[in-house]
Amino acid sequence: MNILVLVKQVPNTTEMMIDKENGTLIRAGVESIANPDDLTGVELALELKEKTNGHVRVITMGPTQAEDMLRGLYGMGVDDAVLLTDKRFAGSDTWATSNILSAAIKRYPYDLIIAGRQAIDGDTAQVGPQVAEALGLPQVTYVHDVTHYETSSLTVIKSLEEEKLTLRLPLPGLITVLSEAREPRYLNVKDVMTAHQKPLETLTFDDLDLSLDAVGLKASPTRVKRTYTKEIVQKSPVQTLSPEDAATLILKHVVGHH
Amino acid sequence: MIGYYEQKHHLYDTMLKAFVAKEVKPHAADIDEREVFPHDTVKKMAALGMLGVPFKDYDGAGGDEVAYAQTVLSLSKACATTGVIVSAHTSLCSWPIHAFGSDDQKARYLPKLNRGEWLGAFALTEPSAGTDAGAQKTVAVPEGEGYRLNGTKIFITNAGVADLYVILAMTNPELKTKGISAFLVEATFEGFRVGKKEKKLGIRGSSTCELILDNVYVPKENLLGKVNQGFKIALATLDGGRIGIAAQAVGIAEGAIDEAIKYVKERQQFNRPIAHFQHTQFALAQMETQKEAAKHLTFYAARLKQEGKPYSQAAAQAKLFAAQVAMDVTTQAVQLLGGYGYTREYPLERMMRDAKITEIYEGTNEAQKMVIASHLLRGGAR
Repeated sequence: MNILVLVKQVPNTTEMMIDKENGTLIRAGVESIANPDDLTGVELALELKEKTNGHVRVITMGPTQAEDMLRGLYGMGVDDAVLLTDKRFAGSDTWATSNILSAAIKRYPYDLIIAGRQAIDGDTAQVGPQVAEALGLPQVTYVHDVTHYETSSLTVIKSLEEEKLTLRLPLPGLITVLSEAREPRYLNVKDVMTAHQKPLETLTFDDLDLSLDAVGLKASPTRVKRTYTKEIVQKSPVQTLSPEDAATLILKHVVGHH
Repeated sequence: MIGYYEQKHHLYDTMLKAFVAKEVKPHAADIDEREVFPHDTVKKMAALGMLGVPFKDYDGAGGDEVAYAQTVLSLSKACATTGVIVSAHTSLCSWPIHAFGSDDQKARYLPKLNRGEWLGAFALTEPSAGTDAGAQKTVAVPEGEGYRLNGTKIFITNAGVADLYVILAMTNPELKTKGISAFLVEATFEGFRVGKKEKKLGIRGSSTCELILDNVYVPKENLLGKVNQGFKIALATLDGGRIGIAAQAVGIAEGAIDEAIKYVKERQQFNRPIAHFQHTQFALAQMETQKEAAKHLTFYAARLKQEGKPYSQAAAQAKLFAAQVAMDVTTQAVQLLGGYGYTREYPLERMMRDAKITEIYEGTNEAQKMVIASHLLRGGAR
């Protein structure tokens, strides 16, 4: 099974700075990590690779510093890594990003594409589904587990808030996965030691079959009108109670809501 | 460590950090308290290649000496027991087989050791032969197509849990150190027994036992190196082992400094965190500087070994200094925590107990000075 995993490098912080000019995130000076949901995607891909004697290729779009993340994924055991980097890609919203990723994906053989549910910086959960749409592939989002695989289909459990659905996805297809699905494996010494010797394919705008009106900030239909920090408004009064009274009060509320 | 690290070593640090935080640190106090060997952790390390780090062939993980020192250092930051398990296995058992073994011995034993399916140990010390290794009483007498071994070894790290032992024994007692040979003894060989398990001050999760060789027959294919070459093999093995122990000592010191920093920022006395007092700041500055110096000596020795240059003196210096630093730093760290540091609520008293062994095993501080002085007086390479 040929598996492609979409991975995003994100800032490792909850305190994000926002560029007031255009409402996008300031990434300079913040440590970067692989997006947690995406790492779960890599883990699932590696498991499927082991079961099917398959091949795992990770693709990311980002600045050249994203190479560090890709070397780390080699350390986990992925077979190939692709970096999509170009100044013309800068400022792409999810639609433009999906155009770029889809154009890159067309260059490689694949049976399954795995994306994380959403990135911890933008939290849109849009790129995976948009890539599936752009490529005309069936998709299942919010995948909690992969329970069965065949050459022509995958059986997955999709997690909704209140229930779980078991679905069969014809291949080639795309899934987006939840962090809860798998704990990503550790890097291993053998793959870490060779991670920097492996080839890293770097693609720019010129390598892809794309037009300029489909990439970058100017082509992005998303316009950030305003960003603001949510203020915490205290709605309930503070009560000082004994542990027994506090427990009774909490219980009353819990029972009342269910 | 700029100057010693390549890109892969930086990536390896991130791997070790994640592994230690999740798989080693949470168990450190418990295995110390209960004096139990961390079998599960060893299995997990084996699966990730951490028991064959410096070896490129025979299913080794393809790392190098710097990566090996990183491994022991990082593990020891949280748990010196876990550090020494890897160090004794790698430096004292796999390495001499790699350096002195026949092709047949390498093929038979190294893949199992490097994959961590087997654990290794090394047995030189005897009740009356410590630094005076020439006073060995264990004997190996030729018999048929092999040797008959009889004697007792003590203080053997990984004994009881190891599957393979490098054992030193007298083949020509009248020749003293020139009459010692090295043997590869499997734990299942008839007559091989594990004796008393030591109750120790520190590294209490590691298994340190007596070994009893009661008429153990060892086939000649398991003679490591040549007859009477054993002492040379032992000294060379310990030269490398000292890099592992130096790394363990640096790890203990670094772990203690991290814990001390965390505490002094939180602990309030006289209405301010004690980190605000200049005494605290000076103490931390001194500890960190000593630890960094020890770390440089350690990685320098590792690099020399990696590049095939003489490293005996550098390894002894690294081990001597790092052990002293580990003792100093942990003692000072306990002092910074005051009464809390003395309790088992905090890991520092454990680190202080663990630090002491680094001044003793694989050659005491005094033995390191003998090695260093002999290099100096011979006028050899620095």
